[in-house]
Amino acid sequence: MAYMHIGKDFVPPDVPGKVTGRIKYAEDYTRDGMVYARLLTSPVPHGRVVAIDASEALAMEGVFGILTADDVYPDGEPDSPGLKVLTNEPTLMGEPILAVAAIDEKTAENAIAAISLTIERLPFVLDPLDSLQEGGANAYNGGNTFIFRQGFAEEKWTADQVASFRSGNEPTAEALQSWEYGDLQAGFAASDFVYETTFSTAGYPHMSMEPRSAMAYWENGKCFLHGTSQSLSAIAEPMAAIVGVPLEDFVFINEATGGGFGQRARAGSIPSMAIPAKLSLKINRPVMMRVTREEEFTIGGARQGLQGWIKVGFKSDGTMAAMDMYCISDNGGKGGGGDANSAAAGVSALYQTEAMRFRNTSIGTNTGHRGAQRGPGENQIMAVVAPIMDKAAEELGLDRLEIRKLNAAQNGDVSGPRSTPFTSAYMPEALEQGAAQFDWEGKKGRSRQTNGSKVRGLGIGQGYHNAGRSGMDGIVRLMPSGRLQVHNGIGNLGTYSYASTSRAAAEVLKMDWENCDVVGGRTDRHLPITSPQDGSNSIFTNTRTCFGAAQDLLTKMKEIAAMDLGGETADYEIDGSRIFQIADSTVGMTYGEVAQRGIELGGKYSGESDLPEELNTLTILSVSRLAGSALMGVYHDPRHNNNPPGFTVTFTEIELDKETGKFEILDLVTIAECGTVVHPQGLANQLRGGAVWGIGLSALERHLYDPQNGLPASTGYWQSKIPTYLDTPAEIGTGWVDLPDPENPVGARGIGEPAMGAVSAALNAAISDALGGHLFDTSPVTTDMIINHIAGVSEDSKPLAQNNFRG
Amino acid sequence: MNPKLTRRRFIKGVIASGAVATSTTIWYSANGQSRPAGAVERMIRININGQMRNVDVAPQETLASTLRYKLGLTGTKLGCNRGECGACTVLVDDVPSYACSVLTHSVKNMRIESVEGLESANGDLHPVQQAFVDELSPQCGYCTPGQVMSAVGLLRSNPNPTREEARQGMAGNICRCGSYDSYLNGVMRAAQIG
Ligand code: FES
Ligand code: FES
Repeated sequence: MAYMHIGKDFVPPDVPGKVTGRIKYAEDYTRDGMVYARLLTSPVPHGRVVAIDASEALAMEGVFGILTADDVYPDGEPDSPGLKVLTNEPTLMGEPILAVAAIDEKTAENAIAAISLTIERLPFVLDPLDSLQEGGANAYNGGNTFIFRQGFAEEKWTADQVASFRSGNEPTAEALQSWEYGDLQAGFAASDFVYETTFSTAGYPHMSMEPRSAMAYWENGKCFLHGTSQSLSAIAEPMAAIVGVPLEDFVFINEATGGGFGQRARAGSIPSMAIPAKLSLKINRPVMMRVTREEEFTIGGARQGLQGWIKVGFKSDGTMAAMDMYCISDNGGKGGGGDANSAAAGVSALYQTEAMRFRNTSIGTNTGHRGAQRGPGENQIMAVVAPIMDKAAEELGLDRLEIRKLNAAQNGDVSGPRSTPFTSAYMPEALEQGAAQFDWEGKKGRSRQTNGSKVRGLGIGQGYHNAGRSGMDGIVRLMPSGRLQVHNGIGNLGTYSYASTSRAAAEVLKMDWENCDVVGGRTDRHLPITSPQDGSNSIFTNTRTCFGAAQDLLTKMKEIAAMDLGGETADYEIDGSRIFQIADSTVGMTYGEVAQRGIELGGKYSGESDLPEELNTLTILSVSRLAGSALMGVYHDPRHNNNPPGFTVTFTEIELDKETGKFEILDLVTIAECGTVVHPQGLANQLRGGAVWGIGLSALERHLYDPQNGLPASTGYWQSKIPTYLDTPAEIGTGWVDLPDPENPVGARGIGEPAMGAVSAALNAAISDALGGHLFDTSPVTTDMIINHIAGVSEDSKPLAQNNFRG
Repeated sequence: MNPKLTRRRFIKGVIASGAVATSTTIWYSANGQSRPAGAVERMIRININGQMRNVDVAPQETLASTLRYKLGLTGTKLGCNRGECGACTVLVDDVPSYACSVLTHSVKNMRIESVEGLESANGDLHPVQQAFVDELSPQCGYCTPGQVMSAVGLLRSNPNPTREEARQGMAGNICRCGSYDSYLNGVMRAAQIG
């Protein structure tokens, strides 16, 4: 279909501000009378605050006040493992206990140094399996796990059960969570190749480039919070609740966010933003809280680590007949996540496994706060499964591409425990396109070729994430000036979907993009509710809402034209910012004229009545504040059917140096299968950025903690091993299938998360290939592990170790 | 990085200034808010973006701190404040330097350029900025001013780099969004249009 905007590049309105430094992040704001907050954080990985004596600190010149957990939670802290604003029961080193506001940060620091904190040190644990073992420490005060709707609980295995798992066997304890479909036993009985192993994938921090600094002030009873989030309208209500202010008196300002990657999507993962808001209310001054890189590490989130056991069976033709997976998920000191569940569902989606059983138990450790991180679960597991696919191909005498095509998801397929159909799926097409662009046929012969100490490895990876939601709202306004204002509640974290989804409205109204404004950046610009910007959903979710709101507007435009100029609504057409009669295009109105008439007519035309039922509270508030200002389109999106997938395929060739254990990526191509492409440059950026993240997962990033004191050892960029320019190929190939999805009005689905998973899968497969088919069953595969393997040296660390070295 | 402005020299400077050399204290004193007993802030003149500016600078204050908090030039970002990420990159006598790890007093006789100084008087973007727009190089944008300044510095010393030279030249700037390839596209385009 020929579109005016969809599938075309454009300059998102915030880009000039980014290259000139003019766009503002939370810490770039200042305000008259602004004072500074600093945090007193937990000096121990697990403890209980017994007493705080701040009298000396509060008497110091330039100190304005203190905020403690007792101020924040007068009725006691919530009984959940989630991040608290402040806490008296820290479960990770560096967790914020109190904040002090002072004239400057140095004074605040001096005041904090003068506070006498009495804290009871409690036993801590860094590895979930150590906690699971009888007698092992519990990360939380109420136990070592948290069961939904039941609360904290203690889960223990015998020492023999833990030892057996660590030495490679299927866990024998009953898991806390499970699902199953198909006939597992029959699947394994029908299999000609069965691979069984324990595996581990590391947890590691998000390390968004912008620390989560925030500034807040109050004016006329309203709280203004400059913060940092992936989402905008979606966090207004929950953040207002955390701050303790009615939604209508809360303004969240967030023009740009310096990275999120899953951890800034929801208010519960960034509650620290409430600290300056609450302090500001208490001391009646604007408060800036600058967050350091170390603090960002602590409260900034981390991927869940998985310790697992997996058994996969393949039929002689290569069909994945059965998979049995058992995970222990690391919930860290705060938070948690559903990585393991998503991992299993992801395998089902990508490989169309005929029978599957999933079991999981989540266990806390006194390590970084866990939460969703780009492709949580799917991206870890694909790095484990891709080399197994190659092993199966080798054992069964199949081509590595063919075994993937055989198991690939296509239209009409279903996945997961509920056999949910895909909205559409074109994985075989993606594999073929990737193979052609990479020249798999031409290159596959180079597999395992050596040149001195160097050896070539080739890999194919696939990625998946459920990529779309619905049920949200849309607001568009046609102004008397003739301009279209698209109110978009998505946050701005660098995907540009806030702008690219708005173009669906311009598309409906056939408007030049130059005549459109995207309205966002702060919640008092009257935004519709949308889903939190996570789960790769925005492109699907918000093209639906923007498209729907514009269609509502178009209907109203036609009604006004028919009312004023005669005829039926069906007699009218639009083009060139005019609405006119199809039979005689000279009879018509400009967009500005029809907007003016809408205001004059009032009622439903200007948002004063007849609003769609089921509009969200925030949308109703926004529409009520905009009513009468323009001809308005207001829309509530009904639910879509089935599962809109985001699929990716990556082909790569590496050269691994057996002397150093390092590898260089010689070629890497990623193909997206995400429906109709909305914004090619934005999509290419997601694929490139996802590739860099995939390199980190495969080879570099992991948590390191000192086992004696529980001190984090990877708080900075270089210890965390974030990939740099030099870890990344100088050029990353991209492409897309570009076939429309029927559940989206412009055919689009999301892609941000799977962009990473295919790359980590392909790289781990390529490393395995270069090493003659050796499977590490782990991520990351570090240079040490590679060298140890080549030297025949066994790893001296605990098998399946989490939050520490594993090779 | 300018060999004259090494991190070691920065730390020596901090120690010499009398601040206690713990990492926390370096962080806060570097924000220009610490006044060691008896010390007086000094009004100095520094050349920023071609203008001589008078500014009150504490002995242990970093250039990033002076730019952001004294002069309101918030285009220079702080990602780590400890010489790891490059978000704070500015040019000191044409050399890309980490402003978080340079003491303002040590550069007072040098030419400092921040991202705010790149546009021409008529508002046209610098070729690097324009190329970054055309290639949609930024994602979240937080590392972008630093990437822009590194690219400008690179192209001044090597106006026609190969892609590999550009990759090496930009290697001091981390981008957590992983937009490296898009930034390199921008650098190569800027070299063409520059
Ligand atoms: S802020 Fe200066 S290098 Fe990171
Ligand atoms: S664009 Fe986000 S850190 Fe580089």
